[in-house]
Amino acid sequence: MKEVSYYPGCSLHGTAREYDESIRGVSELLGLQLHELEDWTCCGASSAHCTDEALAIDLAARNLAIAEKSRRELLVPCVACYSRFKVAEKEVKEHSAKLRFSYQGNVPIRYSLDFFCDESILEQVKKKRVKPLKGLRVVCYYGCLTVRPPQLTGIKKYEDPVHMDRLMEILGAEPIPWSYKTDCCGASLVMTRTDIVRRLGGKLLSMAKEAEADCLVTGCPMCHSNLDTRQDELGKEVGDNFDIPILYFSELMGLALGHKDAKKWFGHHITDPIKVLSAKGLV
Amino acid sequence: MNSNSLLSEVAQVSGEKVQACYQCQKCSAGCPVAYAMDILPNQVLRHIQYDHREKVLGSKTIWICASCYACSVRCPNNIDIARIMDTLREIANRSGIKPGEKDVPVFHSVFLDTIKSKGRIHELSLILQFKIKTRDFFKDASLGLKMYRKGKIKLFPSKFGGGKEIKEIFNSFEKREVK
Ligand code: SF4
Ligand code: SF4
Repeated sequence: MKEVSYYPGCSLHGTAREYDESIRGVSELLGLQLHELEDWTCCGASSAHCTDEALAIDLAARNLAIAEKSRRELLVPCVACYSRFKVAEKEVKEHSAKLRFSYQGNVPIRYSLDFFCDESILEQVKKKRVKPLKGLRVVCYYGCLTVRPPQLTGIKKYEDPVHMDRLMEILGAEPIPWSYKTDCCGASLVMTRTDIVRRLGGKLLSMAKEAEADCLVTGCPMCHSNLDTRQDELGKEVGDNFDIPILYFSELMGLALGHKDAKKWFGHHITDPIKVLSAKGLV
Repeated sequence: MNSNSLLSEVAQVSGEKVQACYQCQKCSAGCPVAYAMDILPNQVLRHIQYDHREKVLGSKTIWICASCYACSVRCPNNIDIARIMDTLREIANRSGIKPGEKDVPVFHSVFLDTIKSKGRIHELSLILQFKIKTRDFFKDASLGLKMYRKGKIKLFPSKFGGGKEIKEIFNSFEKREVK
């Protein structure tokens, strides 16, 4: 059994609980043992980096220092946390930023989607897949920070990423091409300029609908919450009606791998995915 | 370069070469929120060069920028515009200039207060604090109820033990602010 450190981050302990539960579920099926970082704290996410750079680095580095004690890979499912950790790592490695915590930049920081798209994991998924997601048309929505900036993420095809599409194919689903893979949904403005979020989100869902997708797949808790929870408002904004389930890639992995709790995860969604999935005979 | 100019301050804090901008406007063309900005990203760069401090630091733009990095990856001169936006928000916070967007800076300060007191973001506390500060109690109330029914809202924050370290982090941040 491979051992991995795990930093869930604040969203996964709240609104994104189905993401947390499905990541844990899938890991178990793939023989990965997750160790949640002891006494982790918030990475500073959306607010520290636009207030004070040193504060942002301190808040991230506190967690990285805890992770470095074990030297295991650090699995991070929230892209906002991931991005803040990578910035802190870069500051320490390239600019030898002085820290109050003992952290040398020696812990591999892995964003969940990238981690589960490693060849060794994909090989296992191929072998362990019990329920191919046949006939499920998906659009893969990567958003911003999963791919940008490439100096931090290491993603080469950052304008037209394909790794999630490939994962979906391996699960047996049908990823459909669309041109909004990496467009921003405006998540950081959700509480303050909801009007902007409605417009950006509305456009994304229109395009997903135009592509005739059964669902949209993401690996970002903010994008998920934005697109899942207020589809009526997004519809009104762009003069359309939406009923497009927003799924975490890990939920679809769990479904294809036959995880017993998959239906429970879907029960936490505001836009119900069960209708579409049962019409395809998948739940 | 005048060492008191906005240009040198931005260059120093961000490490970015603001002068390298030749106004090709690629950043603004791909910016998803350009339509809601009062000055476009390429214009921000120009105003920095001209030392138009009030114009830039008092703009809506710096608060509306969603930090999506579309501009940064497309700039032919490798200017990290998203990072410059962070730097401008940082400078604006300390400038005393009235922010062009009312709620966004309030949100960030409530967010940081939540980390300071709870170590993690407890979403419900964050939302309630923000509502108290902005006096907008009804927005999204029915959505909140729907999410509660789906088991998405945790009523109480989780315990954590890193209190002393978090306190130290915020102490030194507050010292920098006073300076
Ligand atoms: S893309 Fe770069 S060079 Fe072009 S206008 Fe924007 S900042 Fe200037
Ligand atoms: S980072 Fe900000 S300025 Fe740049 S494209 Fe995104 S929203 Fe626009």
